[in-house]
Amino acid sequence: MHIPDGYLSPATCAVTYALALPCWYLAFARVKRLLHTRTVPLLAVFSAFSFVIMMFNLPLPGGTTGHAVGVTIAAIVLGPWAAMVAVSIALLIQAVFFGDGGITTFGANCLNMAVVGSLVGYWTYTLIAGKSSVSAARRVFAAALAGYLAINLAALLTAFEFGIQPMLFSDANGSPLYAPYPLSVAVPAMMLGHITFAGLAELVISGGLVAYLQRSHPELLGRTLPEALAEQAPRSARSLWLGLAGLMILSPLGLLAAGTAWGEWGAEDFANPAARQEILQASANVAPPSAAPQGLERLSSVWQAPIPDYAPSFMHSASFGYILSAVFGCGLILLAFLLISKLQRAKTSADRHER
Amino acid sequence: MSQHFAEKLSRGLLQAMSRAFAAEALSERPGFLQGLDPRIKLIACLALIVSCVLTHSLLMLSGLFVLALLLALASQIPMARLCTQVWLGVLLFTGAIALPALVLVPGEALWQLPLLHGQITRQGLRSAAFLLGRAETSATFAVLLILSTPWPHVLKAMRSLGVPVVLVAILGMTHRYLFVLLHATTQLFEARRSRLVAAMKGAQQRRLAAAAAGVLLSKSLQLSTDVHLAMISRGYRGEIHLLDEFHTRPRDWGILLCALAVPALILWYQR
Repeated sequence: MHIPDGYLSPATCAVTYALALPCWYLAFARVKRLLHTRTVPLLAVFSAFSFVIMMFNLPLPGGTTGHAVGVTIAAIVLGPWAAMVAVSIALLIQAVFFGDGGITTFGANCLNMAVVGSLVGYWTYTLIAGKSSVSAARRVFAAALAGYLAINLAALLTAFEFGIQPMLFSDANGSPLYAPYPLSVAVPAMMLGHITFAGLAELVISGGLVAYLQRSHPELLGRTLPEALAEQAPRSARSLWLGLAGLMILSPLGLLAAGTAWGEWGAEDFANPAARQEILQASANVAPPSAAPQGLERLSSVWQAPIPDYAPSFMHSASFGYILSAVFGCGLILLAFLLISKLQRAKTSADRHER
Repeated sequence: MSQHFAEKLSRGLLQAMSRAFAAEALSERPGFLQGLDPRIKLIACLALIVSCVLTHSLLMLSGLFVLALLLALASQIPMARLCTQVWLGVLLFTGAIALPALVLVPGEALWQLPLLHGQITRQGLRSAAFLLGRAETSATFAVLLILSTPWPHVLKAMRSLGVPVVLVAILGMTHRYLFVLLHATTQLFEARRSRLVAAMKGAQQRRLAAAAAGVLLSKSLQLSTDVHLAMISRGYRGEIHLLDEFHTRPRDWGILLCALAVPALILWYQR
């Protein structure tokens, strides 16, 4: 799953770096706040541990072998944020020092394995382990499934990154300039290997390690016990705000989608030959009616959107139009919720006065 | 079978360590790349790797590969070493991925495959050449950097790119403890192997691997506590200072200018 240099376009590499950077910043800030002077030695040694685990060639059922990433076990023992940093550092050393994984694709590799892998692994494990005791067999099952899911989701993201390359980056003759396979080939090819073998390696190492730690070092599993999780519960919504801002910035990704969304056609699209062709393609070659349906035509004039197609008339850049629409839309939703909560508070205080 | 598994793992770990030690020895040899300021070398290598990814011309990519070969020759880096460490591995991995593209990428047919219904297309051939060429050339530049620069110098050079000092310190320590843990793992498997009297079944091998990983994990955490206490006792309070003794000469600036000109020219040519 380590993407070498040359598989992804410079634009994709830049986007993945841009997505990974805030995650690294947040992760490092959290780890530093919790560990202070322990940050450097703990992360350094744990990164070295992650690196060594990635070198383990595990025997798998069926007689084959596979490499694990070890991201789930790192997230279970250290928490998702420290695991994110430790696995990223291990990946950097692999890329620079051992040539495993590219340098331009380092952001993508970290996004897939360190960021998505540790978050999915940690959330799945805590969700399935629930309130079970530290020695419960359920925790072994939870870790195994979390490892399997984490690595498969990371693989899916990798396949998506591969699959969009020929869609977006081909030369004038139609030769793909980077990873050559479309999503229809990249996703099944990548997932076949991970659902069968690579996922199993992560399943074995995550489940096996939790079973081992239950017997010999149960204290290392303390971070994910119910009482510890209750203490770690988030006290502020800052991360949610940051996530919302990130999604707003990512909203122009919608521009990459080709064609039109099925069923989201305007009355004028039925008269436009190019739009009719897109409707035909999206409807498995079932020809659309020759004119817009009467009901659609009548109702379409009832309300004219102030920002049609997420493109304000005064804005020349489509991407900024999307971001502005996202900011405006989120602002309206937040305003509506603020008004509702204010009304609710007013009603509650009025009820108290009446009593 | 079980010996085979433990032996293979030990061999892999030992190979990684010996490669790292050999890289350190090569970086001390006199040579063109070895004589450059590590900061300039790091930026130049990054610029050349970015150039490999930026270019839309196979001719330009071939030129960059030839440049990598010339740099290796001028730096006394053996071709056999590049062949075993980079080219063969990339050829096997990327070659396996690129091969089906010859047929799967639609386009102008060049050659009908005998006994099969598929045909090799011009576009498929070009895209496979791009994938393989980019992967081989950029990996060669990355390995040239490591084979001509001691790791502590690479780390200090990272500071010149604005990498936070704390991250540089973690990377330095990770590199150091990596070998401690690799050594411990090799010993662990050697000890287990020397006590085996019969072949182990698959499930037993998996248990052994999980237990070895568990022992390593607890050793790692213990080691991090020891290192932390050692750092505290030597006055560490969360602030890191690195010594920076590099000197840049006019020749280094010339090399940097040339290296940065490559991606700039590619961008200008492709605009």
